[in-house]
Amino acid sequence: MELDLDLIRALQANTSAIERRAATLPGRRSVKKEFQAAWLLRAVTMIDLTTLSGDDTKGRVRRLCAKAANPIRPEILKAMDMSPVTVGAVCVYHDMIETAVQALQGTGIPVAAVSTGFPAGLSPFKLRVAEISESVKAGAGEIDIVISRRHVLTGNWQALYDEMRTFREACGEAHVKAILATGELGTLRNVARASWVCMMAGADFIKTSTGKESVNATLPVSLVMTRAIRAYHETTGYRVGYKPAGGISKAKDAVTYLTLIKDELGDRWLNPDLFRFGASSLMGDIERQLEHFATGRYSAAYRHAIG
Amino acid sequence: MNVRDFFETMDYGPAPEDASEALAWIDSHGGKFGLFIDGDWTKPNKLFPTKNPATGKALAKVSQATKPQINTAVKAARAAQGSWAKDSKHRARVLYALARLIQKQSRLFAVLETLDNGKPIRESRDIDIPLVARHFYYHAGLAQLMDQELPDREALGVCGQIVPWNFPLLMLAWKIAPALAMGNTVVLKPAEYTSLTALLFADLSRQAGVPPGVLNIVTGDGAVGELITAHPEIDKIAFTGSTEVGRIIRRATAGSGKSLTLELGGKSPYIVFDDADMDSALEGLVDAIWFNQGQVCCAGSRLLLQEGIAEDFIRHLKARMDKLRIGDPLDKCIDVGAVVDPIQLKTIRKLVDSSAGEVYHAATEVPKKGCFYPPTLITGLTTSDKLMQEEVFGPVLASTTFRTPGEAVELANNTRYGLAATLWTENVNLALDIAPKLAAGVVWVNATNLFDAAAGFGGVRESGFGREGGWEGLLGYTRAKGNARSIELLKPNEAPVSGGEPVDQIDRTAKLYVGGKQSRPDGGYSRAIWSRRGQLLGHVGVANRKDVRNAVEAMNAADGWSKTTGHLRAQILYYLGENLSARADEFAARIDSMTGKRGGGAEVEASVDRLFTWAAWADKHDGRAKGVPIRGIALAMNEPVGKIAAFAPDDSALLGPVSLIGSALAMGNRITLVASEPYPLAATDLYQVLETSDIPGGVVNILTGSHTELAPQIAGHMDVDAVWGFSSSDLSAVIEREAAGNLKRTWVNNGKSHDWTKAASQAFLPAATEVKTIWVPYGE
Repeated sequence: MELDLDLIRALQANTSAIERRAATLPGRRSVKKEFQAAWLLRAVTMIDLTTLSGDDTKGRVRRLCAKAANPIRPEILKAMDMSPVTVGAVCVYHDMIETAVQALQGTGIPVAAVSTGFPAGLSPFKLRVAEISESVKAGAGEIDIVISRRHVLTGNWQALYDEMRTFREACGEAHVKAILATGELGTLRNVARASWVCMMAGADFIKTSTGKESVNATLPVSLVMTRAIRAYHETTGYRVGYKPAGGISKAKDAVTYLTLIKDELGDRWLNPDLFRFGASSLMGDIERQLEHFATGRYSAAYRHAIG
Repeated sequence: MNVRDFFETMDYGPAPEDASEALAWIDSHGGKFGLFIDGDWTKPNKLFPTKNPATGKALAKVSQATKPQINTAVKAARAAQGSWAKDSKHRARVLYALARLIQKQSRLFAVLETLDNGKPIRESRDIDIPLVARHFYYHAGLAQLMDQELPDREALGVCGQIVPWNFPLLMLAWKIAPALAMGNTVVLKPAEYTSLTALLFADLSRQAGVPPGVLNIVTGDGAVGELITAHPEIDKIAFTGSTEVGRIIRRATAGSGKSLTLELGGKSPYIVFDDADMDSALEGLVDAIWFNQGQVCCAGSRLLLQEGIAEDFIRHLKARMDKLRIGDPLDKCIDVGAVVDPIQLKTIRKLVDSSAGEVYHAATEVPKKGCFYPPTLITGLTTSDKLMQEEVFGPVLASTTFRTPGEAVELANNTRYGLAATLWTENVNLALDIAPKLAAGVVWVNATNLFDAAAGFGGVRESGFGREGGWEGLLGYTRAKGNARSIELLKPNEAPVSGGEPVDQIDRTAKLYVGGKQSRPDGGYSRAIWSRRGQLLGHVGVANRKDVRNAVEAMNAADGWSKTTGHLRAQILYYLGENLSARADEFAARIDSMTGKRGGGAEVEASVDRLFTWAAWADKHDGRAKGVPIRGIALAMNEPVGKIAAFAPDDSALLGPVSLIGSALAMGNRITLVASEPYPLAATDLYQVLETSDIPGGVVNILTGSHTELAPQIAGHMDVDAVWGFSSSDLSAVIEREAAGNLKRTWVNNGKSHDWTKAASQAFLPAATEVKTIWVPYGE
């Protein structure tokens, strides 16, 4: 949709109220036993298994892809009478796309690439746009772009909108996730406004963080962003996805996030096309919890293959 | 159904809290409970069942206390009180141990509370029980500090406390913690529906070292409550419950000399301005009216929406309601639990079914068995609808709209209640403008149902009086040290058998002083005032009920006074003192002529000094910023009580009226004073001083006449906020009884004399003000 500045400027986010709501969320919902196992499995299908390190190699990425295709030990799945599941996507830097695409061939798992001068987004605009095209050409089905935080911090919504539009167009058929870097936006009101501008400009997903900021995904930020998504859906009929990234490492936290999504957005969003966890260590904790469910005994990290 | 299915449906599934420990505790008492008196259990007798409202099944049997048992309990409390009051440091340690005990047994208390009351386990676990522990911690501190910080206060004695079923243990804590901290002993009656956590508390209290007799728990229905309120050996009654019962208690205790605090019903407004964070305001509303199934005295049950956002808000509200999960309160995934009892359920049904508005029930599954009622919204109501005025005490929200901030305040205050209010806006100017204007003891800005031991809680109007929590809460559990003498009826000087000539041939007739004007008494009667030696000093009007009415109207018209600054009020009171001083000789002579004594000069001097004292206080009775455990502040603001009617002391012709007028005016009140019955002429002489001192008309009104005839008229007037009675006529009972009508605050002498030579600011300041707690969480 067109940029609606009146709407953007009227947005409110009362931080203390949002924090209070967020603080009570884990206590308001509890998912137990078979239900919990099912929810954790569903969480697995929505994980963007991620490696974004300077020391990534082809070998490292292949190992991650293998884990993505077979995240849960077969006997654990069998104990739950479940068919195999895979993660939502594998998320890498541009140079690793080709390796990942090859490694994931036949699995149906998409490759997501971080782009546009990730994580700071301060390289020349032309190059940022070109980076998207390169990544799409290399086979990335999903592009995680970073927005220019300075546009938010200076209230230059038009610039943010134009930037996002350009990125959106450069992505072509690929899905685009807009990383807001919420930890650097200063206020929840800014998070709400940036979420709306990016959605108006055509983002398929809005995502909290690069994982490189000092504060990444939090429940208050998630409340603000999911409420924006809900309102955008009401206004336009278009469903935008949500991806909290960074800082979610425990199975229990994952369940809390899913309850938030279920309650704020509805069950439709509990699917990989509309929700992802950007997380690397979450997988391990979920595996341990699932083994506990299957065997009744607490598990150990080394009993599960690393990704 | 298995993992594979749930993987598809992503349902929540049941998440029940284990109740076995709580049930085992009940079993350990054989499923039957006696009363807890003098540190031990009585033999269970006259048993009645206490039920789990979610299932209808009996949990245990509880005793109906008898009259002899109440006597025993009060006797035990009396016997224990003296030594308990001696050592505040010891009390601090006991209260600290109680706080720790609550924490250590928190889950047991939480589960038992949910079983007995039907509230969701999340609430008992995350809200009720932590607040209980917090209350004991906080009051352990107040006990520790009592000697040092409250050297002039002492315990009242034995407190009779009656608590409701909606927050059984939390209300127990609110009652017991301050009472014990200040050195009182307690006889407490839990509600008949929900006795169990009080009994568990009693059971465990011995482990905290509570001495026998200090804490007595007696169970039973309203009849037991009546025994407590009527008991002559009880010094104080603290009650939380319905306004209806509060009124009965006010009448029952009238004239008994018992101290009384009442925390009663409400129909609290929940105001949403068009610049609010809508989603947050919506979630706040969930916590306002669907918290504890809406069975909350301060529930935000009247939704006031700014017209421009109303339609959107209601649409979102309905969608939000549909997502509420109602069911087994022990389920950790439930938002709304069971209503406490089938009788309460019936009441809610009846009220909703009778509504003229458009009723929306949440489209959520409601269990077929047990006491459940769906979250309900009623729109299209106007202020005249019953559901906009009456407390439902259930999960029922009534909604209407407003156009301007001014209208929001008007609608919000259009109620007999005045417990709490919530307002949502992102505009700090608007928030801080509206909060003081709302007739409520507690105001939440951009939040709702926040509680803390440090922040006073309590109402105005028919929501009761007294505060619980904070320093201000201690006023209800202490009194000033020292013994007052009994007061003797002071009769007017008698007319001479013969003679009766006037002292002054030029007639000076004192009329009544109403609305800044001297007006003839409505009845057209006057009474002669004689000097000690039988000379005619003058006549005063005999005021009747119409004059009372006119005086109250005049106070209403002078409401601007309550909005003035302390600085302005100080200047006017100084000026009043100055003008009185200028006529010192005349006043002194007048006093001496009436009393036949020679103290007039000293009394005038003391009166001028008293006005200076109250002028000094006018801008110094500061509120407090409370250290509540949130990011934000809770402001305790001292607001004027409003319209005070005062019966002046008979023996203090000038100093009495000046003390009453000075204190009332300094704190921003308007006052109608009934002058000394035998010596009224000093008060009537004040008219001219008042007129020359820039006091706006109606701020001070002075009536003369019979105290006993005026007392029921004044105390029964529905538009008076407080009555002070210092007459030597025996008015205390009639004032307190008649005050029950609108539950106005009363301050009566109970037949004891008051020492007018002292300013007694520590007594007058709280009497002339209401503490309003304004919660302002912040953070961007």
